[in-house]
Amino acid sequence: MTSSTCEFALRMGDNALILGQRLAEWLGHGPQLEEDIASANIALDLIGQARLWLSLAGRLEGGGRDEDALAYGRDQHEFRNCTLVELPNGDYAFTIVRRMLFDAYQRVLLGRLAEGAEGDIAAIAAKSKKEADYHWRHSADWTLRFGDGTEESHRRAQAALDGLWGYTHELFAPDAADPDAGSLRGPWLELVEPALKEATLVIPADTAFMSAGKRGVHSEHLGYVLAEMQFLQRAYPGARW
Amino acid sequence: MSEKEWPLWEVFIRSKQGLDHKHCGSLHAPDAKMAIQMARDVYTRRSEGVSIWVVPSAAIAASDPDDHESFVEPMADKIYRHPTFYRLPDDLEHM
Repeated sequence: MTSSTCEFALRMGDNALILGQRLAEWLGHGPQLEEDIASANIALDLIGQARLWLSLAGRLEGGGRDEDALAYGRDQHEFRNCTLVELPNGDYAFTIVRRMLFDAYQRVLLGRLAEGAEGDIAAIAAKSKKEADYHWRHSADWTLRFGDGTEESHRRAQAALDGLWGYTHELFAPDAADPDAGSLRGPWLELVEPALKEATLVIPADTAFMSAGKRGVHSEHLGYVLAEMQFLQRAYPGARW
Repeated sequence: MSEKEWPLWEVFIRSKQGLDHKHCGSLHAPDAKMAIQMARDVYTRRSEGVSIWVVPSAAIAASDPDDHESFVEPMADKIYRHPTFYRLPDDLEHM
């Protein structure tokens, strides 16, 4: 029980940590100053969520590892984030559509945890759900503008959706750490489908492809994220400033 | 890809219930909805406000600084317009 709860907390923490890190790559490169700040705010929300989940995972693990040890001291195969969040940012449409798919997942999952879980998990979920609601508002809004915008923005948003859709199946693949994952897909589709339809984007046909990041089997991209994120603590263990 | 600049919006924030909205700055946004969301991220990220107004900067009519002499200066020497000649009771505080 505890080990699967720990595994679950690691997944939640790693999802938020890696996507937060990806979003932070836009710092200073956003399409507009205002959008740059919005993106950085959301990245920081996610890093904040990651701290809570990883601290919890460390306590459940009982091995004395804190949030920093887990974030900076683990190797690629020990990360439990879904592959979706580690994919390179691509253009802004890809960044936004990826977030829109993930934000919807967070809203459904965190909402359920806030109501149905107990203790620390419910508390972290309740706090994070409010942030996820805003993240969704932001990403769904931009998805609509890109999808139903110009020919060029539509083309880019559709290409992003085509590339990303296959990576969403992993979110709903149940296993011991997350036996109810499959039941989230219905409510997730209820959010995502109308938003994509309004944005005039077409959901691509499902394939048998199934990514496995949450089991520690990652794409070639995660290593680069970790190299940048962990460099300082690896080179100067325990460094503070 | 369009390089057109987004229009400018003036942002007003109410810091607490019961207080007035105060002008706090401006930003670029494609429309009112997005301007409010961006104002939320740009101007209230440290809990500065409970309510946001945005107004298209182009909708603001302003007095002309060149009119200063006739428009502003004549008010400077009208001390009789300040209620400073009333005798106040001693126990009346905070005036």
